Amino acid sequence: MLHTTFLNKTFSNPIVLASGILGVTGASLAHMVENGCGGVTTKSISLEPRPGHKNPTMMGTDDYFLNAVGLSNPGVANALPEIAKFHSLSTAPIIASIFAGTADEFGEVAEHICASPIDFIEVNISCPNVGKEFGTPFAYSTTAIEAITKIVKSKSTVPIIIKLSPNAWNIAEMAKAAEAAGADAITAVNTISGLMIDIESRRPILANKQGGVSGPALLPIALKCVYDIYASVKIPIIGTGGVTTGRDAIAMIMAGATLVGVGSAAYYREKTCFAKIVAEMAEFMQTENIKSLAEIRGAAHTN
Amino acid sequence: MLPKTVKISKIIDENPSVKTFYFSHNLKSKPGQFVMLWLPDIDQKPFSISSDDGENFGLTVFKRGPLTEKLFTLKVGDRAGSTGPFGTCYSILPNRHYIMVAGGYGAAPLSFLSTKICELPGVTIDFIVGARSKDLLLFEDRLKLIPHLKIHATTDDGSAGRKGRVTDVLEELLKNATSKPLVVTCGPELMEKAVLDLCNKYDSDCELSIERQMKCGFGICGQCAVDDLGLCMCIDGPVVNRALANRIFELGKYHRDKAGNKINY
Repeated sequence: MLHTTFLNKTFSNPIVLASGILGVTGASLAHMVENGCGGVTTKSISLEPRPGHKNPTMMGTDDYFLNAVGLSNPGVANALPEIAKFHSLSTAPIIASIFAGTADEFGEVAEHICASPIDFIEVNISCPNVGKEFGTPFAYSTTAIEAITKIVKSKSTVPIIIKLSPNAWNIAEMAKAAEAAGADAITAVNTISGLMIDIESRRPILANKQGGVSGPALLPIALKCVYDIYASVKIPIIGTGGVTTGRDAIAMIMAGATLVGVGSAAYYREKTCFAKIVAEMAEFMQTENIKSLAEIRGAAHTN
Repeated sequence: MLPKTVKISKIIDENPSVKTFYFSHNLKSKPGQFVMLWLPDIDQKPFSISSDDGENFGLTVFKRGPLTEKLFTLKVGDRAGSTGPFGTCYSILPNRHYIMVAGGYGAAPLSFLSTKICELPGVTIDFIVGARSKDLLLFEDRLKLIPHLKIHATTDDGSAGRKGRVTDVLEELLKNATSKPLVVTCGPELMEKAVLDLCNKYDSDCELSIERQMKCGFGICGQCAVDDLGLCMCIDGPVVNRALANRIFELGKYHRDKAGNKINY
């Protein structure tokens, strides 16, 4: 009932582990499949190793989660054995998330990562937490999106997915630019910029000061983005942002998503959140007599 | 999971590079658990809890980097941010013979455990504590006050207690054990691995505390996931039993840095 085909690849269910959460090692990614997700996304990988920002890098409340990890990762050369490790432990599809500071470097990382057995590349052009180092995220500019999409596409041997930012007020235009430049799919959305202050010490809590907001507070923002993108492009969407329950995931699919990214839910409902969400989706479908997700995909669009 | 502001209520000098900081807060922690301690504008790192009496909790801290250097300049009444307690704890069981194996700062959580279990009926403790030299032996005075506890000190240079390794003493105790002991250990990973190997050899129950790079402390960042299980040591650890420890392939072989690169022991 929940089997989902995404760019000719079959996922046992539409829930994929979102990039950045529990995705440092191949073993950790495989363990999340054991916990119920249909596929996984690695933490974003760059050309060189990065230790990331100082702590605190994350915090959460009942309503939102805030993080600025600073794209820590072991670099593409050390990421390859982790992806191989994932493959030795799991048969689920794996999306390799990549990022870089320039379009050319994006191409270089994409070429490197394709040497490992990945199913898709997700191009992270939308991290809100490394502005000091890399300037304004590429995800706010159609010109940058076109340039990066073209070069990554030309260097990749697997389909590519462009990950967009909810900070871009005209995200549907960004999705159109990606589609026109050859993107195979869109992930929407990354976290939205935010900040929290500890009033006793009178300081921002995160060492990076600003961070990316995820968790329940991001859901309606992400739904609006996915809804707008679905109405504007033909390529499939991984709907990500604030999904913590099966009902949230169903809403994401009704907005137009094919796959549903889940990350911060692990904070709210532990790592078993994936299996819980999948079970709740199945229960809702049974109650509403929905035979397949294709039946309800984009159902919230009236025309 | 927001940092809670806690005030320093007492500071004890343990040795020239180690202090115990007490914070007035009812942490509700168990021995083996840890907190993330935050000093704004400096850093936030995990610290094993060395005492918790319901009014104050203690952290025994070795001065080794920017965070601890700043912490060492603080005074009673100064404040820090604390999140936690996080992670698993050591078993607290009555009618049990505990053998504790502490290396260096590992004495901190095990002395906390000793204060909790010595109140239970039928508990006896052999506490093996090792250090490079006499001045680095921790908590001997504190441990002497605990009933039913026998201290076995070892030093690398023989400047206090017996010259040699903690595992030499452990093997003798395991060999001569009449009832089934519970071995609990905290210290450098290679020492813990040697303890685990002895417990496997003598088929003794065992609990280890595994230290890994941690960013969040609550099972989200994935930095402390161990091979090949993929379990996070902030959630399914730091304290693991013998069966689980035996399934952690990387134990005693490698750990990971902040980037996620493997660092061999």
